[in-house]
Formats: sequence, C-alpha cells, structure tokens
Amino acid sequence: MADPADTKALLDVLQEVKDPEIPEVSIVELGMVNRVSVGESGVRVELTPTFVGCPALDLIAEQVEKVLTRERGDPVEVDFVMNPPWTSERITPEGRKKLKDFGIAPPPVTRNESGDIVADCPFCGAGEGEILNLFGPTACRSIFYCQNCRQPFEGMKPV
Amino acid sequence: MTMEQAAQMGLESGYRQALTALLYQLADDELCLGHRDSEWLGLAPDIEGDVAFSSIAQDEVGHAVFYLERLHELGEKDPDSLAFFRGAEAWRNAVLLEQPNGDWARTILRHFLYDLFDDVRTEALLHSSYEPLAQGVAKIRREEHYHLLHLKPWLIRLARAGGDAQERMEQAVMEVWAQLGGLFSLGAEEEEMIHHGLIAWGREELYRRWEDRAKPVFAEAGLKWPGPPSVPEQDGRRGRHTDHLTELIRTMSEVAVGDPAARW
Repeated sequence: MADPADTKALLDVLQEVKDPEIPEVSIVELGMVNRVSVGESGVRVELTPTFVGCPALDLIAEQVEKVLTRERGDPVEVDFVMNPPWTSERITPEGRKKLKDFGIAPPPVTRNESGDIVADCPFCGAGEGEILNLFGPTACRSIFYCQNCRQPFEGMKPV
Repeated sequence: MTMEQAAQMGLESGYRQALTALLYQLADDELCLGHRDSEWLGLAPDIEGDVAFSSIAQDEVGHAVFYLERLHELGEKDPDSLAFFRGAEAWRNAVLLEQPNGDWARTILRHFLYDLFDDVRTEALLHSSYEPLAQGVAKIRREEHYHLLHLKPWLIRLARAGGDAQERMEQAVMEVWAQLGGLFSLGAEEEEMIHHGLIAWGREELYRRWEDRAKPVFAEAGLKWPGPPSVPEQDGRRGRHTDHLTELIRTMSEVAVGDPAARW
C-alpha cells in the first residue's frame, strides 16, 4: 500500500493530464484514476476508461507516463481496469463544474422515472431540454436543445 | 493480466478452449457489425443518423478490441493481427453480421435484432466464471444501452410510416430472418461453455429470452412476427462463412496489408 501522502502527491501531478477532447478537465476530475500505488518496481496507475472504445485512451496513458516519469524518475506502469466500471457518477464536483464552464452539461445525477437523460442547460440552467441526438461528437456525449434559451448544447451521457 | 499470468493460471485445456471459442464469437460479431456501421459514414439519411452510426461503430469496434485483448492474454496473437491477418475460416461471427448493410431499413432492423441478442448474451455473461469477461461486459452493457435506445424508435418509425418505408422494412424482415438463426448458435463448444460456467444459458434459452423481448417491439411496429428463424446452412460459429466476410476483411485490412509496419 502506498503512503497516503504519496498518493495525494501523485494525484496532484495527475491533475496535469487532461481529457484531450475537453482540455479544461483532468482525468482525476473525470474519475478515471482508480488507484495509484508506489512499489519497489515503481509507480503503478490504474485507469478506468470512460468508454471502452474511447480512442483517446492511448494518448492519456502516454501522458500519465510522461508526467509521472518527469516528477519521480521511477518506472511507471499504466493499466486499464474494468472493475469497478467507470460511471458518470465518478465525475467529481470540481469536474462537473468545469464541464459546465466548458459548455458541456454534466450528466444528471439521478435518472428520473421515465429514464430521462436530459441534463440542465449549461448556458441558462433551465431544465427544459429535449434530446436532439443520443449520440454526439464523441462516444460519451449526446446533443440536446434548450427550449428556454433556444440553444443546442452537448451533455455527457449518464452511464 | 499479462500473457504469463494467463499461462500461470494453468487454465485446464477444455476450459481454455471453450473460453477462447466464446471470446472469438463475441469479438468477431462486434467487429463485423462495427465495420458495416462505419460504411454508413457520410451516407446515412440524416446528419443525426450519421453521427449516431459513427459513435456506434466506434463502440462496437472498441468492444471487439476488448475481447481480442482478452484472447491475446490467453496466448492468441495480438489484436491487430487477429483483426487484419486472420483467414475467414478462423472467424466465429454469425453469418448474418458479415452481410452487406443493404438499405436503411435492413440496417436498422439487423442492428436492432443483433443488439437485443447481444443484450441477452451479455446478461448471460455477467456471472461468467472468467472474471475479466464478467467485468468487461458489465461495463459494455452500459454503453450498448444507448444503441437500443436509438435503434428501437427508428425501427418503429420506419415500419409504421407506411408506403416505401414499410414495404422495405417488411422485405428486410424476410431477408434478415433467413440468417437470423445463426446468432443463437454457440458453435461446437456450447456444452463445454455451459459446463464451465462461462455463460449461463445455451442457445435455446438465449433464443427464448430474445423472443420475449423482440415480439412486443414487432407488435408495436405493426410488423407480423415471422415465427422462429430456421438454422441457416452456414454456421459462422463453426467457421463456415459467405464470400462477404472475405470481402469485409479485405476492405478492413487494406491499410494494414499495404504497410504492415505503419502506425496509426
């Protein structure tokens, strides 16, 4: 087990690694970092992919390796794990705020009874959106339309 | 898990053989259909459908890579070699999924019926004795949920539209049904898969559960239920395929074959 202070320091460094498609939000804030540990053979980082087929995964792993090697000089091992599976509930409050500031609605925390996945509009805050397309520019996003401020907006899918 | 660890696990050969067969079925189904989905890029009838099919293609191919990586851990070749440099006779996908897309109606119908089947199949894998598989499908099912949400309304809308759309959908039902039965085959290793707890249900139970969910959608779409599909002549799960698979592999591997050392 890693020293808790050590783990904290490693997570701080990993704040530098951003989602390549959403450069405001780090992989820590997205809830992708499952575990970091320091052993005799170096640093080991477990990442949990937001979407299994996300094409940014290799790039993210390279970045993690790069920043940790620079900070510590130890060998770095990056593994992708499926357990626990990534869910949109893993996004931190800070991550949700940054997504919204970037113009992407954070996923609704709870789905209502009809299974509605429409998030509040990131621009005006109204909850009067409708689904334009369940799929969007990346696997993890959908496209909505706000009936209040008459703007289309993107939102992260609740998964 | 690394390849060494898989070997160290000392998987009994019968178990390993059944597991490998199952992983090839999963990977090849997803890869074939994912490739066919990608053929709609820039051609789908509307921009939303186009965007959706590119995401769906990316999901399916990503899931195929997940299964191919598990095969690699068990000592099979690396995912790129398995995807691009494997002869058609070694593929274990259902023959239905290697067929060309046909028109929009057939594309939507085939994809919906397959995703419904895949939903039942992955449910049967949630408690698989092979834990890496159980964990992966738990994640994959959360993504596939959106495919069904997208495809079901499309199917109903086309079938209920009347005119050309409805006629094409009825034609698609006839065409798809001719090969649909092959989805439910688990190939020569079915008994071993169940015996080892790799999958909870065999082909009859998979079909029964699938039919329970497919029939009400047909009713809602106003489509006549054609009855249980017959078993197609060629069982893809046993490596018997149509020429369409050879063509699919050739197209998909064009870049990799042109320059095997290229990185992209």
